[in-house]
Amino acid sequence: MLRRLYYDARVRDLFWQIVISVGLVALTIFFVRNASQNMVNAGIASGFDFLWRSSGIDVPFVLTSYTASDNIWALFWAGVANTLFVSFLAMILATIMGFLIGLARLSSHWLLSTAAGAYVEFVRNIPLLFFVLFWYFGVIAALPQPRDSLGFFSAIFLNNRGLTVPSPMDGSVFRWALLAILLAGAAQWLVVRWAAARKARTGQDAPVIAAGLMLCLVVPVVALVIAARATGWDMPQPGRFNLRGGFVIIPEFVALLAALVTYTAGFVAEIVRGGIAAVVKGQREAAASLGLRPGQILRFVVVPQALRVMIPPMTSQYLNVLKNSSFGAAIAYPDVVSLFMGSALNNTGQAIEIIAMTLAVYLFFGLIVSALMNWYNARIALVSR
Amino acid sequence: MFNRISTSALAAFAMLGAGAATAQTLVPSPTLDAIRTRGSLECGVHVGVPGFSFPNDKGEWSGLDVDYCRALAAAVLGDASKVKFTPTTVQQRWPVLQSGQVDLLSRNTTITFSRNASLGVNFQGINFYEGQTFIVRKASKATAAKDLDGASVCVAAGSTEEKNAADWFRERNLKVTITNFQKNDDAIAAYDAGRCDAYTAGVGALAGQRAKLKTPDEHIIMAEPISNDPQGPVTRYGDERWQAVVRWVLNGMIAAEALGVTSKNVDDMRANSKNAEVRRLLGAEGNFGAMLGLSNDWMFNAIKAVGNYGESFDRTVGSGSTLKLERGQNALWTKGGLLFTPPFQ
Repeated sequence: MLRRLYYDARVRDLFWQIVISVGLVALTIFFVRNASQNMVNAGIASGFDFLWRSSGIDVPFVLTSYTASDNIWALFWAGVANTLFVSFLAMILATIMGFLIGLARLSSHWLLSTAAGAYVEFVRNIPLLFFVLFWYFGVIAALPQPRDSLGFFSAIFLNNRGLTVPSPMDGSVFRWALLAILLAGAAQWLVVRWAAARKARTGQDAPVIAAGLMLCLVVPVVALVIAARATGWDMPQPGRFNLRGGFVIIPEFVALLAALVTYTAGFVAEIVRGGIAAVVKGQREAAASLGLRPGQILRFVVVPQALRVMIPPMTSQYLNVLKNSSFGAAIAYPDVVSLFMGSALNNTGQAIEIIAMTLAVYLFFGLIVSALMNWYNARIALVSR
Repeated sequence: MFNRISTSALAAFAMLGAGAATAQTLVPSPTLDAIRTRGSLECGVHVGVPGFSFPNDKGEWSGLDVDYCRALAAAVLGDASKVKFTPTTVQQRWPVLQSGQVDLLSRNTTITFSRNASLGVNFQGINFYEGQTFIVRKASKATAAKDLDGASVCVAAGSTEEKNAADWFRERNLKVTITNFQKNDDAIAAYDAGRCDAYTAGVGALAGQRAKLKTPDEHIIMAEPISNDPQGPVTRYGDERWQAVVRWVLNGMIAAEALGVTSKNVDDMRANSKNAEVRRLLGAEGNFGAMLGLSNDWMFNAIKAVGNYGESFDRTVGSGSTLKLERGQNALWTKGGLLFTPPFQ
């Protein structure tokens, strides 16, 4: 009986899996208990009570409602919001820039392809920290002192303290505008679906682009204009040191965003080039012999097939952007690393809890990015009919 | 040959045994034992504040905090050069001390309640009364902190200055943007690049850090401090005997100044002084060193090598240095300052 169980592969696998799982759990418990015991012995505070202590840390760039009199938990979320904000924008812009450079590299125009190739080689062989510092000190050095701010319509001012824009006194009107924009986006999606179905049925093209312009450009602009007129504005005014009032987009944000975008674009460009190169030449020739124009070949034949190759490596680039946003700590961009692992950690000294929470942030949002990309990958995968 | 070595080893063991026998009344001190085995003191200092802890181009450290470490090494090991300096940033200092990588911190670190209560560290006295202030460009015409309404201030994240400044301006309803950098040097570089209107740190630290600016003459340090930031050596919890050594070497340097013992007259004082406290301090009378498990000439060695507190102050941050700081609060209590030491009795 036992002998038979021993030789049963399924039972044996299960047995070892249980042993290893129990061992891992036991090891984790041992380390956690050991660490907390050692911390008690060394007189170091532990636990998560510190999150409800008042933070007292001033943050120069806040997207949440955080102020210095809030608690550390609010500081944590202010940091997370800043991390996500810069990462999200960097992903979008790096994709656009990388796509253009990747296509330029494949261009038959010698100068264009050589320049794109040089950019890729240059970027991929330089550490990111260099980019971040270069952009930071470059941005600050290039911008004028507050006294000589560049003003646009006496409402928007640019100087080395950042870009100061008027801020609305009543933000709720913009929620309505956002709702209108989202509805327009949804309507456009329905239009595209309807057009695709009609084309499949009748073979006729519908004016999708015109509808898109209407729904995705005119509607948002109108909604924003109405919202902007419905509220009062806090206008920047020249002060003794700097402008007073308005919302400031700090140079640290601009520098970090620029560094992440220019750096990641180099990698995205190679992924795009690789993806397009992976589409066999015969596909393009076949499309051309069917009479498709070069633009159509790219849109209907090459890109859809290239995307399948590009998505998996793009996922890891997006994850890199999320993780690399922590380089903002080097230039005082108030991200979760700088605020929570820097200021809060130093004020409370609770390294283990704070580092674990920061780690959980990156892990959680990293997994979300992966999940979204995997879902997209599955959607565009080759459907065998 | 081998015989001779083993004989001398045996003799050494015998001496150690004898030593252990007489020192049996002492509570064990793992830190002191480790320092002796290692043959050097591990001292955590600042990454670089001229006058306090700063390495020159040959990598030789100097400064008020560095001097204290040298004195401690002289007291413990009899040789002021047997110190290994570990430069630490604002954020590295606590883990480095807590993990036992260094024996103590002697770096511009403010004594605060919550650090003492929740970081597992003890502050062993005050070797510098610091006060937080701001450095600004002369062109801004700001002369006091209250003039900074609307300004941007660069600061090192996690320092006491970061919170102090936020509290101070909030209390007075002044709108100030505080930008927090990972290191002091990053914050100074950003201030110098024009990112901020002011950089904030202690009066003493600023006097030294000012030299790092491109054109130091165009900047002015505000005279009036907004806080009290007493600073001194820090140890971790546990090993009380080591903590006593750290505390009393600092007290000894201050006492030496009060008693008129200097690096120049220390030999003479030990041989000829009739003052009982001087004699106890220098080991001419009693066995104060041995009571802490040190040699009896512990403070003699420390003062001989480094000098008393006043000598160290003048050489590093005072009149004999480029910083030219006044003694001010850091003068002895007998001279209108705050420096005070309990008696060597």
